[in-house]
Amino acid sequence: MSNSDEHMGKKDKLSGEKSRNASSDYRQIFHEVSLKHASRRRITDKIISILAIVCVIGAIIPLGSILLEVIKNGAAVISIQFLTQPPGSIGSDSGGIGPAIQGTLITVGLASLIGAPIGILSGIYLSEFAPAGSGKGVKERAISFFANTIRLFNDVLTGLPSIVIGIVGYVTIVLAINSFSVWAGAFALSIIMIPIISRVTEETLKLVPNSLREAGYSLGISKSKITLFIVLKYAKDGVLTGVILAIARIAGETAPLIMTILGTSLFFTGLTGPVDALPLKIWRLASQPYESAHAFGWGAALVLILIILILSASIRIIAHGKGIRVRTGTI
Amino acid sequence: MSSSSNEEVTSYSPGWSNVDVNKMLAPATTQASIKLSIQNVNAWFGKKHAVKNVSLDVKENSVTAFIGPSGCGKTTLLRCINRMHEMTPNARLDGKVILDGFDIYDKSSDSAMIKRRIGMVFQKPNPFPTMSIHDNVAAGLKLNGVRDKKLIRDVVEQSLVSAALWEEVKNDLDKPGMGLSGGQQQRLCLARALAMQPEILLMDEPTSALDPIASSKIEELVQQLKEHLTIIIVTHNMQQAARVSEYTAFMYLGELIEYDQTKDIFKNPHKELTEKYISGRFG
Repeated sequence: MSNSDEHMGKKDKLSGEKSRNASSDYRQIFHEVSLKHASRRRITDKIISILAIVCVIGAIIPLGSILLEVIKNGAAVISIQFLTQPPGSIGSDSGGIGPAIQGTLITVGLASLIGAPIGILSGIYLSEFAPAGSGKGVKERAISFFANTIRLFNDVLTGLPSIVIGIVGYVTIVLAINSFSVWAGAFALSIIMIPIISRVTEETLKLVPNSLREAGYSLGISKSKITLFIVLKYAKDGVLTGVILAIARIAGETAPLIMTILGTSLFFTGLTGPVDALPLKIWRLASQPYESAHAFGWGAALVLILIILILSASIRIIAHGKGIRVRTGTI
Repeated sequence: MSSSSNEEVTSYSPGWSNVDVNKMLAPATTQASIKLSIQNVNAWFGKKHAVKNVSLDVKENSVTAFIGPSGCGKTTLLRCINRMHEMTPNARLDGKVILDGFDIYDKSSDSAMIKRRIGMVFQKPNPFPTMSIHDNVAAGLKLNGVRDKKLIRDVVEQSLVSAALWEEVKNDLDKPGMGLSGGQQQRLCLARALAMQPEILLMDEPTSALDPIASSKIEELVQQLKEHLTIIIVTHNMQQAARVSEYTAFMYLGELIEYDQTKDIFKNPHKELTEKYISGRFG
C-alpha cells in the first residue's frame, strides 16, 4: 500500500507543477487582455449608468407632471360638498360627485370580492397542483394540458380590449335582467382582474423555496394546509401586490362600465340598478363645454387617484399589521 | 465482520454477489429488534437510476449512518424511507420499506401518516420564515389539527429541551425563527421534527451547513435522542459517521457496497472500495 501511495504522490506532484505553469501562463494572458480593455470598460460602464439615470428621469417626468397637473387643477374644487353631494344642474358649480365615488367603491369592491378569490385560487392551482411538465402518465398529461390551456387563456384575457369585456357583460347580464346594473359592471371588471391576479399569484408562489414545502410534508401536513398556511403566507406580499395592481387597473376602467353600469347622477339604488363611477364621470364632465364641469372633472380625477393610493396603502398596512415581520435573507 | 458478532446484520447487494450472505448472518440473539427494513429498493429520477436494489435493516434505538461520495444516492435512499422521494417530479421508485412489519409503500398506506412517524431534518436549516420560534415547533401539531393549547405549549417546551435550544430561546418564543443563528435554526428544525414524536428520525447531512461547534452540538443531540428513537443520518463526513453511529452503510454509484457495524466498517472493511473511501483515497 505504501508503494502505491508513493506512486500517487509523485504523479500528483508532476501534474501539480504542470497545472501551476499553465495557470501562470493563463494569468499573464488574462492580465494583458484585461489591461487592453480597461479604458473601454470604464467608458462603457459610465455610459450605461448615465443611460439608466436618463431613463429613470424620462419615466418620472410624465408621471410627475400628470400628478402635478391633476393636483393643480383638481385640488381647488375638493370640498365636503364636492365629495358627498349629487351633481347640481348642468353648467353650475353646485353639487358634487358623491354618486360616482360611491358607485366606484361599490363596483370595484364587488368586482374584487368576485375576482380576487378566483384569481388567487386559480394561481394556486397553476403553481401548486399542476406544475408544468411533470410526469408522463395519462392523468399527468391531462392535468398539464389543462393547466397550459388556463395559462394561455390568462394571457389572452390580459391582452383583451376592455370594451370587448364590456360587451360580454352587456350581452350576458344587462340583456338577461333587462337593466344596466352593478352586477354587470362588477362581473366585467372581475373578468379583467382574474387573469392579472392569477398570473401574479402563480409567479409569486413559484418563487417560494421548495425546502419550505418539504419541511411541511416532512411533518405530515396535508398539501392544502401547506399551501395555505406555509406557501401562501410566505408569498403574501407578492400576491397582495397582484391584487392591488388589479384593483388599480379596474378602478380606472371606463369602457366596460359604459356598457354595464351606464352611469347616472343618482346614488346607489340596488345591485340590479345602474350606478355611476368616477372614470365615467370624468369622461362625461370632460366632454361638457363648461369651465365648471372641467374643474369638477379634474377634481374627480384627483379623487380617483387618491382612492387608489389610499386603497393600496391600507391593504398593505392591514396585511403587515398582522403576524410577525420577516427578516429577509437566508432560507 | 466476524461471525461471532452477536448483532444481526444483513448485507447483500447484487453487484457484489460473491459475498456469502449467510456467513454474515449472526446467530439470532438479537438485542435490538429491527425497526425498519429496506428491501430491494430502486429509485429513479427520470432515467437516472439513483438507488440500485438496496436492502438493509435498521435496528431500533440505534444510529445508522449512510456514507459515500457525492451523488452516490444516499440522500435519495433516505428520502425513500419517508416517502419524500416520490414528491419530486419525475421521480420513481420500487421495492419495499417495511416499518414495524408494514410496507409503507403498500396501497393502504397514507403518505402523510408515514411522515408523521418518520421525522426529517434537512441539509439546510429551513424553519418556516413567517412563523415565530414557538409556532415553528408547534406547526406540525397545529396544522395536523391539535387544538389543545396547553398540550401544544408542553410539547413545544419539551421538544425545544430535547433539541437543547430551550435555554437559549425560552424568553424569545414569539420572535421569528429566522432571527436565530444557523446552528440554532437547525436545532429549531430538529425540535420541529421531534414535536411530532416520530419513531424514526432521518437526518440529511444535518451539519453540512454548520460550523464545527454547532455541528458537535447536533452530534451530542443525536447521542441523546437515540434513547427514544431510531436515527438514520446521511453524512459526507466520515469522522462524524464514526463518532455518532453504531451501523454504517457505505454507498457508491447508487449501490450499497457494505453495511455493517460502524467499528467494523472503519477498522476492518470487507470491501476494497470501502477501504479506499474510508482511507480518503477517493470521494
